[in-house]
Amino acid sequence: MKEALDVYEYWPYEGRPRIRWPGGARVAFWVAPNVEYYEIDPPPNPHRKPWPHPHPSVPGYGIRDYGNRVGHHRQMALLDKYGIKGSVSLSVAVCEHHPELIAACVDRGWEIFNHGIYNTRYTYGLSEDQERAMIRDALETIHRHTGQACAGYLAPALSHSEHTLDLFAEVGREMFGDDGGLYTCDLFHDDQPTPIRTRSGLRFLSVPYSLEMNDTIVYTVNKVEPRHYATMLKRHFDRLYQEGAESGTVMCIPTHNYQISCPHRIRAFEEALEYITGHSDVWVTTGRDIARYYLEHYYDTALADIAAKQTTTTAAGG
Amino acid sequence: MALDDSTLRYDHRRYGYDHDRYAWSMLAERPPITWPGGKPLAVWINVSLQFYPLNQRGVPFKVPNGMTMPYPDLRHFTLRDYGNRVGISRLLRAFDRAGVQATYAMNARLAERTPALVRRLVDQGAEILAHGWTMDHLHTSALARDEEAELVRRTVDTLRTLTGQPIRGWLSPARHQSWHTPDLLAEHGLAYCADWVNDDLPYPVATATGRLVNMPLATEIEDQFVMGQNLHSEDSWAEQVCDAFDYLLAEGTARGGRLFALSLHPWMVGQPHRIGALEAVLDHIMARRDRIWQAPAGDILDAYLARTAPTAGQGAT
Repeated sequence: MKEALDVYEYWPYEGRPRIRWPGGARVAFWVAPNVEYYEIDPPPNPHRKPWPHPHPSVPGYGIRDYGNRVGHHRQMALLDKYGIKGSVSLSVAVCEHHPELIAACVDRGWEIFNHGIYNTRYTYGLSEDQERAMIRDALETIHRHTGQACAGYLAPALSHSEHTLDLFAEVGREMFGDDGGLYTCDLFHDDQPTPIRTRSGLRFLSVPYSLEMNDTIVYTVNKVEPRHYATMLKRHFDRLYQEGAESGTVMCIPTHNYQISCPHRIRAFEEALEYITGHSDVWVTTGRDIARYYLEHYYDTALADIAAKQTTTTAAGG
Repeated sequence: MALDDSTLRYDHRRYGYDHDRYAWSMLAERPPITWPGGKPLAVWINVSLQFYPLNQRGVPFKVPNGMTMPYPDLRHFTLRDYGNRVGISRLLRAFDRAGVQATYAMNARLAERTPALVRRLVDQGAEILAHGWTMDHLHTSALARDEEAELVRRTVDTLRTLTGQPIRGWLSPARHQSWHTPDLLAEHGLAYCADWVNDDLPYPVATATGRLVNMPLATEIEDQFVMGQNLHSEDSWAEQVCDAFDYLLAEGTARGGRLFALSLHPWMVGQPHRIGALEAVLDHIMARRDRIWQAPAGDILDAYLARTAPTAGQGAT
């Protein structure tokens, strides 16, 4: 085990090269609906128990199924209404289990990115070859069902190895050249994209995804009241919008169709979407488009700035 | 030490589900239905009448809301018992006042211990659902099939005898099931089950033994879930329930009939400082009585069955 993963340098928030999003927007805003499948009887993993109770864990399985049977369409209708294309964090087995749901996303031009095979299959305990095979399987499945070159990764159930980011970048590039394996959603260290070092030296970055605004964390871990979630989202946006006047920021709302689409919660989500998209100077976009834009316009500048600031530190210290 | 390669094998990665209990179907894509009187929203209000035994075994796990302290945990035992003595009276009065016909899911052992409560409900013509033997008798795969069969048989036989009702509905303690539960419910003449919360309409369940329908009884707006587990205030609970009701009424009006199901626990919402929140919720719902069909679950089930052919797109048999 390492003291730190050390895939990015310390790089203070202030004084970075200024980011201007397309059209001069202050905030790049994206919504990442997680579309997940939790198996009813997953095999045991010695590092993490998929369900807290003997299988079948009907309460947990049932509400997650509600998301796909009922919630997904509600969320899709809302994103349509506010002109937002979702960036789907996908348990790719949903392509096989519920192809109609995936087709509805693809028809709308939504991005589909990798979130593992099932949310009950963890990275923990996999050898490097096994993890590579799981990632390749996921990218092949997405490509077969959607025609898309997968650009992003949120590891299944946020389970990682030390090489998760390396492997995703490598497999993505092998399969799709410069269109695949571009960004990770797994790191929560910043409100702007940042370059991420991979062992193979591929151009790779982190796109802010936000665990703090993630509806599952908000509702089931922090047990926030639904209407207060709307307030939190608006406050989060207000500050990123304010700071975005100096240099562009990223705001993501990660959702789960079994959380925000419940009848007692969907109103809060709509209120936030209406508020955020009601502002000018907001780039309503996808994870992939943020990654591409940043790679094209800011990645090299960022690397140079980071390198220059590391040099300064070293010189001062030496 | 890496895991065995079987960790990358997915035996049920296929169309539909990784089980055969019911068919995959998205609510938004089903043919719309309307409830009796052309109403867009059926409203089911259920009260769970529960017995949490003092000598809780906690097998294979401690039931939520049960005993947590060393024996004898008089504190939790009597807090729960309060619901069946005092809380229920407040709920019944609130239903009377609002003109609501609720159903009552009852642990069979509680029915044995409180004949006066059974009589009171039966005399007003209320529908009783089976809610297992006690809250400590969990239906999970830790039970052998014949043990569970005996538990179901004893539960429904006891309730049928004590109520004189057919007992068509089932709610498992803490909503847990084994792999056999749906088969055993159908085998013992139950027509519907309220454990699953994956839909806003009833839908058919496949069993090896007979016909069964899942009647989703929402957990997420339950009193014990919102106020007890999430620790939200009673005002927030009322707001959440009303928001859910308003949303489903609007969706039902625009997209086809929906089921709004509210699950209540007298030991939680029957407390003096909380009962006002329930009264506010009932007022909100019943103020829209011209647009809803408030009915017992058995009646809603019958209306659903009359409106959907078992093979209409979602039929699992």
